[in-house]
Amino acid sequence: MSRGPGEEELSTHDHAHDHRHGHDHAHPTLPDAAERLGYYQRMEIAVRELLIAKGIVTADAIRRSIEAMDARTPAQGARIVARAWTDAAYKQRLLDNGTAACQELGIEMGPTRLVVVENTPSVHNLIVCTLCSCYPRPVLGLPPDWYKSRAYRSRAVREPRAVLAEFGTVIPADIAVRVHDSTADMRYLVLPERPSGTAGMSEAELAALVTRDSMIGVATARQPTGG
Amino acid sequence: MKAAAQWSVTPALAARFAPGDRVRVRRADPPGHLRTPWYIRGHAGTVERLCGTFPNPEEIAYFRSGLPAQPLYRVRFAQKALWPDYAGADGDTIDIEIYQHWLEPA
Repeated sequence: MSRGPGEEELSTHDHAHDHRHGHDHAHPTLPDAAERLGYYQRMEIAVRELLIAKGIVTADAIRRSIEAMDARTPAQGARIVARAWTDAAYKQRLLDNGTAACQELGIEMGPTRLVVVENTPSVHNLIVCTLCSCYPRPVLGLPPDWYKSRAYRSRAVREPRAVLAEFGTVIPADIAVRVHDSTADMRYLVLPERPSGTAGMSEAELAALVTRDSMIGVATARQPTGG
Repeated sequence: MKAAAQWSVTPALAARFAPGDRVRVRRADPPGHLRTPWYIRGHAGTVERLCGTFPNPEEIAYFRSGLPAQPLYRVRFAQKALWPDYAGADGDTIDIEIYQHWLEPA
């Protein structure tokens, strides 16, 4: 029988045998390395090795850059949102100039020009980049795989309400869905609505309710538990 | 606009449009690196804001300066005008960043 590797794995145990057997047949695993590198992978390695050989950058500097990129997480965005929920003047500055308001909280924004869009009782915002995968990395870290998928990128502009419903977010017809296609020089962050029942909560407690998906706009902020 | 002033690259072309202006995206298909999505070409919308002025990405892609910088706008389109069978509310919109050389008065 001819099977693909995925099928083989799924059906490994559909044949009759004792599970304490001595494993005399191979269980398929993912290969340790891709069989061959792609063009851009080879190019990246070649350029990196040349830059290091010529003393232009060091391996440690590259490693530190990767470490810094990986250290950026949605916790940054959550901190911004929680501050905006508790400080009306800060919220206004955030909506006026997202980059400056993030820098105010010590977040390194680099060249990112951030536009913050606010969810209200009459508007729900959703972010997509139909051209590639533009994403507000300084405040959310690396984008999830689905954000870069062709299906999300094409459907979020074409049928946003259906996409939102698949994420479990059903937007009533009297609330406008406003999609933002980040096609050029701006990056976008959704300021979700503050959940009800959070009046006495601290900024740190509020930040824990702010998920990555709520700042992309495919979900709302978490409801507090036990309330 | 505070943000626009801070984010502007110079020298730049003068802005032809202001928030609230009706504009139409050129229906064009030039070769090269373009950041105007296909689905919006030929459609009319309303300028939501001027984002600032930025080097033309179509020039930068070929190692040119992209100057003078192009005014960049956020333009808002009604979803029901884009997709005839759009399933959603009348008020649903999409905002897209479009460089000035892709816009004409509508």
